[in-house]
Amino acid sequence: MTPDKRMKGSQALVAALEHEGCEVLFGYPGGVAIPFYDALYDAKNLRHVLVRHEQGAAHAADGYARATGRVGVCTATSGPGATNLVTGIATAYLDSTPLVAITWQVRSDLIGTDAFQEADITGITLPIVKHSYLVKSSAELPRVVHEAFHIASTGRPGPVVIDIPVDIALGELAYRDADSIDLPGYRPTFKGHIKQIRAAAKAINEAQRPVLYLGGGAIASEAAPEILRLAELRRVPVATTLMALGAFPETHELSMGMLGMHGTVTANYAVHECDLLINLGARFDDRVTGKLKAFAPHARIIHADVDPAEIGKNVTPLIPIVGDVKQVAAGLVKELEGMEWAPERTAEWLARIAARKDEFPLHYEDPKDGKLAPQRVVQEIDRITGHDAIICTDVGQHQMWATQYYTYAYPRQFVSSGGLGTMGFGLPASIGAKIGRPEKTVIDISGDGGFQMTMQELATAVNYDVPVVVCILNNGYLGMVRQWQDLFWNKRYSFTCIEVQPDFKLLAEAFGAVGMTVTEKDEIEPALREAIACGRPAVIDFRTSAAENVYPMVPAGQEITEMIGGQGRKGRKS
Amino acid sequence: MKHTLSILVENKPGVLTRVAGLFARRAFNIESLAVGLSEDPRLSRITIVIDGDEHPVDQVTKQLHKLINVVKIRDLEPDNSVSAELLLVRVAGEGDKRTEALQIAEIFKAKIVDVDRRAITLRVVGANDKLEALLELLQPLGILEVVRTGTIAMGRGRG
Repeated sequence: MTPDKRMKGSQALVAALEHEGCEVLFGYPGGVAIPFYDALYDAKNLRHVLVRHEQGAAHAADGYARATGRVGVCTATSGPGATNLVTGIATAYLDSTPLVAITWQVRSDLIGTDAFQEADITGITLPIVKHSYLVKSSAELPRVVHEAFHIASTGRPGPVVIDIPVDIALGELAYRDADSIDLPGYRPTFKGHIKQIRAAAKAINEAQRPVLYLGGGAIASEAAPEILRLAELRRVPVATTLMALGAFPETHELSMGMLGMHGTVTANYAVHECDLLINLGARFDDRVTGKLKAFAPHARIIHADVDPAEIGKNVTPLIPIVGDVKQVAAGLVKELEGMEWAPERTAEWLARIAARKDEFPLHYEDPKDGKLAPQRVVQEIDRITGHDAIICTDVGQHQMWATQYYTYAYPRQFVSSGGLGTMGFGLPASIGAKIGRPEKTVIDISGDGGFQMTMQELATAVNYDVPVVVCILNNGYLGMVRQWQDLFWNKRYSFTCIEVQPDFKLLAEAFGAVGMTVTEKDEIEPALREAIACGRPAVIDFRTSAAENVYPMVPAGQEITEMIGGQGRKGRKS
Repeated sequence: MKHTLSILVENKPGVLTRVAGLFARRAFNIESLAVGLSEDPRLSRITIVIDGDEHPVDQVTKQLHKLINVVKIRDLEPDNSVSAELLLVRVAGEGDKRTEALQIAEIFKAKIVDVDRRAITLRVVGANDKLEALLELLQPLGILEVVRTGTIAMGRGRG
C-alpha cells in the first residue's frame, strides 16, 4: 500500500482515477471544474479529451466502454454541463454499460440556494443511474472513486454519477489508494445455482427444437467462448438481440442473425416454433418479443441473467438461473459434456432452419429513383472491412440496416444505443471506440438526422487525430419515423423531411476532416477504401433513396411471425 | 393482498429518496411508509405497505434489492409478525356526541390528548384494521382531522 500523501481533493481524484486504471476521460471544463482541470494539467497517465459538447463526452466514454469492456469516464462542470450529460447517462443505463460520470457542483455551503450554475444532478439522474454519490468530504474521495468503479463494472453494469462540490476539490486529505469495498447492500450473484444449471442442461439435452436467445449480458460477461462451445456441443441455433450482435459469430452456420422487430425471418420463426428457448442475458424486451402472449408459444423457457429483477419481469421462465452468463454457460457446458446425446435429436430442426435461411434471406433491390440502396452501402462496408471493423451507429433505419447487412464476427464489435435509442450517439461513441481500440477500423454508420445532432464532435476527432470514418446514409428524411408514417399513418410525412441540409462534404472539410459525396453505385468501394486508408477522420455522404424501408418488420405489439416484407421473395444476401 | 415490507437500508443522505423514487419510476403505489433508525445507528429501517394484487411483490423486492444502499428486505407475513400504527384524530364533540366519543375512546383504549369546547383529540396505537374500525365508528360524530404514522412491523420470534 502506498504511504499516505497530503494532497488536494482534485489531485486525489486524479490519483484515484489512475489507480483504477483509467487511461482516458472525456470532458468539458467550467467554473467549478477548474481545480480538477488544474490537477489534470499535471497528470502523467491520464489523458483528457476535450469534446465539443458534454453529451459527446458521455457518449464517447460509453463508446469506449462498449468497445473495450473497461469503465468509461466522463466529466462536466455543474449546472448545464452536468445536465448535458443526462442523455448519455440514460443511454448507458438502458444498455447496462459501465460508465462513471464525474460532475462538479457548487460549493457545499451554496447547495440548495440556486447558486450560479447549480443543478441537483444527483436528483435529476436518480432514475437513470445504478448508483450516485454527492461527495461530502475530501477524505472520502479515494473510497468513492473505488466504489464507483466497482459498482459500474460488476454485476449488471451501469452508470455511476459522482457529484463533487468545488470545495471538496480544494480541500486537503491524506491520500491512500482505496482497495477495499464496504457495500453491505451490494453483493451481485455471479455463479448460477448448480441445481438450476443441471435442470437447464437436462432440458437442453432433451430438446428437439432448441434456440439460444442471446442478449447484452452475453457481451458484458465476456461469454462468447463459452456460448460458442455450448452451441456447438448440442448444435443449438443462435438468435441474438441488437445488444448481443457479435456475441456469436454470424459467419457460423448455427447463427440465425438478429431476432425481433427487424430480425430475420429465420430467427423469428425459430423462436416461434422452438420447444426450448434458452435466454442468456436478454430481457424479453418489447422490440424482441412483439406481442408477449404469443412469444415462443411452444417453448419451455430457461432464463439466465445476473440481475434477478429481470427474471420474471416480462416472462416467467420454467428454469430461472440468477448468474453471470459466462459462468452459467460454462456450467451448462460442463454438465452437458457428461451427458449422452445423439445428433439425430435436432437434425430435423437444423434442416428446417437451414431451409428457411435459404428461402428467406435478407434482400433488397436497387431503388427505382436511381439513388443508392442503403443496404448496399452497408454490405460494401462489410465486404471491404472483412467483417472486422467496429461499427457504431445512430438510431433509425440506418441502424437497422447496419444490424442486418454487416456480418458481426466478434463481441464488442457493434456499438449502438439499443434500449434508449439515442440519436446523436454514433459519432461521439465512435471516437471513444477508436481511442479504446486504435488497432481497429472504426466506422460510424449514421443517418443525416442523427449526424446533425452531435456533428460538432468532428472537431474532437480532428483535434485528437482519431481517424473514424463516418458513413452518412443520407436520404433527406428521418427515415424510421417516415417508414412508420408510410406504413401506418397514410403516408402523411409530417415533419420528417429534412428540407435544408448542409453539404456534408464541405462541412467535413471545414472541420479539417476528409469529405466525400457518393451518388453512384460504383463509387461506393473506392470512396470507402480511400476514407479508411487516409488515416484521418472522414465523412462520406452517401445519397440513398428515401423510398427504402427496413424489412422484414414486425409492427409494434404484433406477433413476431406477422412480418411485413418477410415473405419468401428469393434474393441473395450479397 | 397487502404486503408489509421491512427494508433495512444504510443510514445515509438520500436513501429514502432512492427508495421512494424507485416506487414512482416503476409505477408501484405505496399505501404507507414509515422510516426510523434501527438498532444499529449505521442502518435505518423503512416499513412500506403495498398492495400485492396491484404489483407483483416479487418484482418490487427485486428492484429494491438493486439499490446499492438497501441491505436487507423482509416480506412480513401477518401471522408471523406484529405491527402497529399510531393515529391522532380530532373529533367534533359537544354534548351527547362528546359522551359517545369518550365511550368509543374507552373501548379502543385511545388516549385523550387534547380537549377544547368544540372537539377532542384522541391518540391510539394499534394494527391497521383496529384503526380503521375506530375511524368508522367516529365518522358519524364528525372527524375534523386525521394524522397517521403509517404501519411499522417486526417479525415474531427470532426477529
